[in-house]
Amino acid sequence: MADIKNKPLRFLLQAINYSVFMGLIWYFASSPSVRLIADDEAKITIAFAHAGELREPCRMLSQEELNQLAPNMRKIDDCPRERSPVTFEAMLDGEPFYSETLKPAGLYEDGGVDLFYSAKIPAGTHRLSLKMNDSVRVEGFNHSFERQVSIDPAQILLVGFDSRQGFVISGTQN
Amino acid sequence: MIINPLKRVYLALESWFNISFGTEWNPLYHLGTLSFFLFWIILVSGIYLFIPFHGSLDGAHASVEYMTHDQWYAAGVMRSLHRYASDAVIITILLHLFKEFASGRYRGFRWFSWVTGIPNLWMVVTLGITGYWLVWDELAQYVAVGSAQLMDALPMFSGAMTRNFVSGGMTDRFFILIEFLHLLGQPMLLLFMLWLHVKRLSNVNINPPRGLAAGTFLALLALSLYAPAVSHAPANLGMVPREIHIDWFYLNVYPLLEYWPAGRVWILTTSVTLLLMMLPWLLPRKDGPKAVVNLDHCNGCGLCFDDCPFDAISVQARTDGARYEHEVVVNPALCGACGICAGSCPASNPFRTPRGELKTGIDMPQLPVDEMRRLTRETIEAMTGDLKIIVFGCEHGLNVRRLDCDDTRGIKLICSGMLPPTLVEYALKQGADGVMVTGCRHNDCYFRFGNRWTKMRFDGERKPSLRARAEHERIRLHGAAEPDRREIDQDLDDFRQQLRILNQAVAVAIVETD
Repeated sequence: MADIKNKPLRFLLQAINYSVFMGLIWYFASSPSVRLIADDEAKITIAFAHAGELREPCRMLSQEELNQLAPNMRKIDDCPRERSPVTFEAMLDGEPFYSETLKPAGLYEDGGVDLFYSAKIPAGTHRLSLKMNDSVRVEGFNHSFERQVSIDPAQILLVGFDSRQGFVISGTQN
Repeated sequence: MIINPLKRVYLALESWFNISFGTEWNPLYHLGTLSFFLFWIILVSGIYLFIPFHGSLDGAHASVEYMTHDQWYAAGVMRSLHRYASDAVIITILLHLFKEFASGRYRGFRWFSWVTGIPNLWMVVTLGITGYWLVWDELAQYVAVGSAQLMDALPMFSGAMTRNFVSGGMTDRFFILIEFLHLLGQPMLLLFMLWLHVKRLSNVNINPPRGLAAGTFLALLALSLYAPAVSHAPANLGMVPREIHIDWFYLNVYPLLEYWPAGRVWILTTSVTLLLMMLPWLLPRKDGPKAVVNLDHCNGCGLCFDDCPFDAISVQARTDGARYEHEVVVNPALCGACGICAGSCPASNPFRTPRGELKTGIDMPQLPVDEMRRLTRETIEAMTGDLKIIVFGCEHGLNVRRLDCDDTRGIKLICSGMLPPTLVEYALKQGADGVMVTGCRHNDCYFRFGNRWTKMRFDGERKPSLRARAEHERIRLHGAAEPDRREIDQDLDDFRQQLRILNQAVAVAIVETD
């Protein structure tokens, strides 16, 4: 525990200590690097928010039913809040790679679903097939999409969904 | 004496730094203040960087590039200082954590400082994460997507957050929110937590010694000039960055997301945090009995209030009708049971009641001042050597009982700070030739100020002080941990020689007088 009285030696030792400290900082501030994707890989990302169809259709109330309601409560139709779960399936070159059924958000299951999925795929040309069911009143899938896509290495193929346009993809050459 | 292996590692590291930095500048004794100093560097450089920084998706990267390359000599250096000081603070915080754990300073009455300290580490880490975000380069993109994945794993977000980081999803508004968090929200919260962290301490110092601060700053400056911090390519949400040079001090959790779902990463980090926070109860240590005030002998002078390292003593209006204005009150929840208050009480004077029981204003039930006086007297009487040396030693430093031999006897105290200076004079009056006091290593007192207050009292710089007419040449102070046995043995041999010379001089003087 003895202090060194020789000042130059002491400062030299301090300089060594500071160098080790700074060396640690310098190295771990940027190394080792992390490889996120191989040279021949790309990524597919499926990301959208969507509200499924109402579980039951709106029903028009009869005049008799309307008469039983207070005058200020006489809304002509009755629309149950609950929405359908959303079932999604994706296939690449005929092979399924993602499948999920999401429950609507909310205590009464009257909200939408948020879908996010991301996976690495080989870069190049693929046959992409997407299917979705968003209504319990429909058998099978009521939305589908199939297309040949070509994707560069490190590129992100983004799959979205719009209620009016259906499936929308971006980040592909085709 | 068995020392736990972690403490042994810490003591070895401490010894090495004592050799090169000396006890005054040893960085291990100033990890807290060094962290504060690094925060100052981060704050000042951050304010400077904020001026040319363009807080928008389109402008952020370009403005950082301008600072880094076009203005490398000013803003570029500031950027590097900002980054490297931020990295350095993680090291000082981790060392601080290790030191407190290895030396057992995390449990018992210290639980509050420990528990409030752990979240600070995470706060600093999240502050760094939002900082990396602001550069809006490929690393920022990686951090943004990873953070969003982590947030989405929490029930409140449920997948909505990550969609912000697909092509076209990120907006300036979100970016500005992150900017606000980094510049104001997180620093303010961190400041509050730091205040909470030191809430149960008194005489809090936030400045490291100037030499250590200067050395640290120069080292950071040299690193900033040698290896300036640089950015990756601009963020492109349509592409995956191929290779990322991540800052492992801040972003070490993110690579796990390549292998684990975000929920599992949360479980790991939360479990580690909770485990660390629960250590004071998982490895408990019972504090000794707390200090007790004896109002019959307390005049409310407040010296114990000044000296208490843990803010456990308050001075309040007198309640017992005595003629004094104040009395002191001990809060047992805060008391560290160190006994420094007993050493500071002017009533702890062994000459006050030579025959009867010595009662003092504030005392430790496990080792009252009266008991210390009795031990001192009986120990001196029991010694048979040609010299009589009493070594008062703190129980957290070197075990002084291992120094026992014909001419030397050790008396263990809770802390060297509990030794009233008058008891040293008492020992000399009772026939001791010399008195040595060993506390923890200098600047590393287990109870924060025990060895510092003792030295100041002995040097006449703090009340109650050792009288100037006391035989100072027969008194020695020595800071020592268990591995310093050889050094203290040498110091004791040197002390013996000095005492023999003094005794011979006294004998000659008596003969000449006769």
